Formats: sequence, structure tokens, C-alpha cells
Amino acid sequence: MKGFWHDAVEFFPILMNGVALTIVVTIGSLLLSTVLGLIWAMMRVSGIKALSMLSASLINVIRGIPIIVLLFYLYFVMPDLGVTLSALQAAILGLGIAYSAYQAENFRAGIEAIDKGQIEAAQSIGMGWWLTMRRVVLPQAVRIVLPPYGNVMIMMLKDSSQASTITVAELALQGKLIASSTFKNTSVFTLVALMYLTMSIPLILLVRHFEKRAGKK
Amino acid sequence: MIELSDVHKSFGKNEVLKGITASVQKGEVVCIIGPSGSGKSTILRCINGLESYDRGAISVEGLKVDRDAPSIVNIRTQVSMVFQRFNLFPHRTVLENVVEGPLFVKKEPRAQVLERGRALLAQVGLAEKADAHPPQLSGGQQQRVAIARALAMQPKAILFDEPTSALDPELVGDVLGVMRKLADDGMTMVVVTHEMGFARDVADRVLFIDGGVIVEQGPAKALLNQPQHPRTQDFLRRVLHPL
Repeated sequence: MKGFWHDAVEFFPILMNGVALTIVVTIGSLLLSTVLGLIWAMMRVSGIKALSMLSASLINVIRGIPIIVLLFYLYFVMPDLGVTLSALQAAILGLGIAYSAYQAENFRAGIEAIDKGQIEAAQSIGMGWWLTMRRVVLPQAVRIVLPPYGNVMIMMLKDSSQASTITVAELALQGKLIASSTFKNTSVFTLVALMYLTMSIPLILLVRHFEKRAGKK
Repeated sequence: MIELSDVHKSFGKNEVLKGITASVQKGEVVCIIGPSGSGKSTILRCINGLESYDRGAISVEGLKVDRDAPSIVNIRTQVSMVFQRFNLFPHRTVLENVVEGPLFVKKEPRAQVLERGRALLAQVGLAEKADAHPPQLSGGQQQRVAIARALAMQPKAILFDEPTSALDPELVGDVLGVMRKLADDGMTMVVVTHEMGFARDVADRVLFIDGGVIVEQGPAKALLNQPQHPRTQDFLRRVLHPL
């Protein structure tokens, strides 16, 4: 135990560099997946057949490819096609795209849960599609969507570790590098696990808060 | 003002409207009665384009009703609707519900709209509920807010789709009272209802619909007191004397 505390003090600053990158990857891909997911979901409920089918197939393609393969593709294959991305860019892009499929399904479920009478009431006062979405449907869908959205945030935080496979020196990769050069596997990976857990706990509490609020009505 | 001529409408194989021809004059109150599933609500929903129709023609003030044309917005801002289940926006306050259309669809000046909204809430007896949210109100109060929301659009006509059917019996009177006052003020109204007393006292004309056709129509009192067609007689007997 004494050895662990000693190691912890020694490795903590290096691991914190990894934490910073983990946060950057998580927030970056969270934002990207949210925007893309909203676009896919809107296409899906647009009522325009071509758009909704395009979105449905996109979602299925994205869902059918493992994140790690998507990352390899963006980082190793895209340069052959003339598009060179930094490891960080590829990680954010890959995780963002991968998670956009889940976000889209979540958003769509929220939108479709809104009572049809709400949409008819909006139409009956002359609102068009976009105004109905903006003023009536989306504000109500947010309440429904937030708890699962919080869960996606937690999953993305943990899955950001997959960026290590394309050389992004985030928390998991920093840990691995230290472990393989010091052989202090137990100390290092315990520390890494604790740091992920520490970052997850606020998110877990946030989800609980969302769930309570959604349950109120 | 509202004209329907030979309107047909099917849901799949089920033909719910089989040639409806009717008109509503400015300032007139027309009640539509008939058994459930007879197509009453569908008629209303076709008039403001919530449903499409397959054949025939509907026009409002000479403007053809086509739910896929941009002009439908124009029609909907002139013909308001009050729903059976109120359909108030639960995430907005009562006052916000009332001013939503004028502010965001008609883009009228805010101060003026808010003032009108409060006046309308006072008119339906709910001035003190302006800042409440709809789920906090009783059904009768919600329906009166819905009427205020319809009025806020300053419509030329209002369609009422069974406005009291979802209400507890003791709350029906308040809503009918508000509607009666509107009728007295000269509002053009088309009301799908099972409230025969309201139809008799307030309506100018009554249409009896059964099986997707207008079986009988005429001045309210005459039709309800001396129905001519056997189906109308049978329907009224069962509604008025259910035992």
C-alpha cells in the first residue's frame, strides 16, 4: 500500500496530461455526435421519404462498424485518399460519428414520444414544420432525452480510451506507457481506473438528477 | 364563408366521408351531431387541413383548402381550432400558450399581443392563472385556455372538436358558457358536439351526420325537436333518453 501511494504521487502528474486529452476527446466527440445525431434525427422525422431513408441507412452503417475500425479507417486509410488527420482529429471525428447513430436514435425516440395532439395544435395555429419543432416538439423532447443522453456521456468518456489505439496519449495510453516502462502494472492501472471513476461520478450524479426531473411530470 | 362540396375521404379502405356538401355563413353557429365514427371530426379536420381529402372541394373565404400548399398557413390563421383533449403546450405558461400563435406565426408586436392575451384570459375567467402551467389546471380551465388561444389568433371562424367530451360533467357548463358568449358576440363557429342542449339553444343550424353523409340538416330547434329522418329520430332518442 505504501508503494502505491509513492507511485501515485510520482505518476499522477503524467497521468493528468492524459486526463486533459481524455476530456478534450470526450467533449469534442460529444459535441460532434450531438450535432450529427440531431441532423440524422431531424432527417428521420422530416416526413420526406428520401431524407428519412438516407438517415436510416447511414445510422445502420455507422452502427454496424466497430468504433476501433472506424478510428483505424480515419487515421490510417484517409491519408491514402489524400486527407491527413492528426490523431486527435481522427479520434474526435471517429467517436463523434460512431456515437451520432446512438444519439440519433435517442433523439428520434424523444421526438416521437411527443403527443400527436401537440403537433396538431401547433399546426392549427399556423406553425410550419420547423417552428413546430423549435417551439413545441424539441423543448418537450429534451426532458425525455436527457437521462439517456447522460448515459451516452458516461459511455463516451470511457470509450475515449479507444483513441489510444491511434496514438492519442489520453489517460489509458499514458497509463500503458508508464506501466510498460516501470512494470508497476498494479499501481498504474489502479490509478487509471480510479481516475476514470472520478470523472464518471459527476456524470452519474447528473444522470440521476435528469431522471428525477423527468420523472416529476 | 366555409364551403364544402362533395367532399370524399377514406382512411385506407374505410370511406369516412362519402360526399359532404355544406356551407357555413359568416356569423353562423353550426353544430354537427351524429354517432361516433360517423365522420364528424374528420369534416372539421379537413376544413383546416389537419387531414387531406380525396375528392371534392373545400374553401374558406374563397381560398381552396390544400394542406400541402403554402396557403394552408393563411387558412389556419383565419380558422382556429379547439380540440377535444385541449392540446395545450405543457411546457409553456397559460399566457404563453395564448400568445404563441400571434407572436411566432403572425409576428405581431409583443406588448400588444401580451395585453390582448391577458384580456382574453380575463374574458374566459382565468386572468389569475396567466402564469400557471396547463397541467396545474382542471380540464375545464384548460379548455377555456384553449379557447383563448384560438381567439388570440383573431380568427374569422373557430372549429370546436367535441370540446366538452373529455371533461368531468360539472366542468362542462363553464366551457359551454364561454362558447355561448362567443356565439352571442357573432363569432362564426362549427361545433362537433354531443351536447344537444347547447345545439338547441345556441346553434343556428344543425347537421346530422351518419355513415359519412349528411342525413338531415336544418334550423337547430326544428331538427332537434321534430327530426324528420328515421335515423335522426333514432339517434336523438338514444342520446336524449339513454335508458
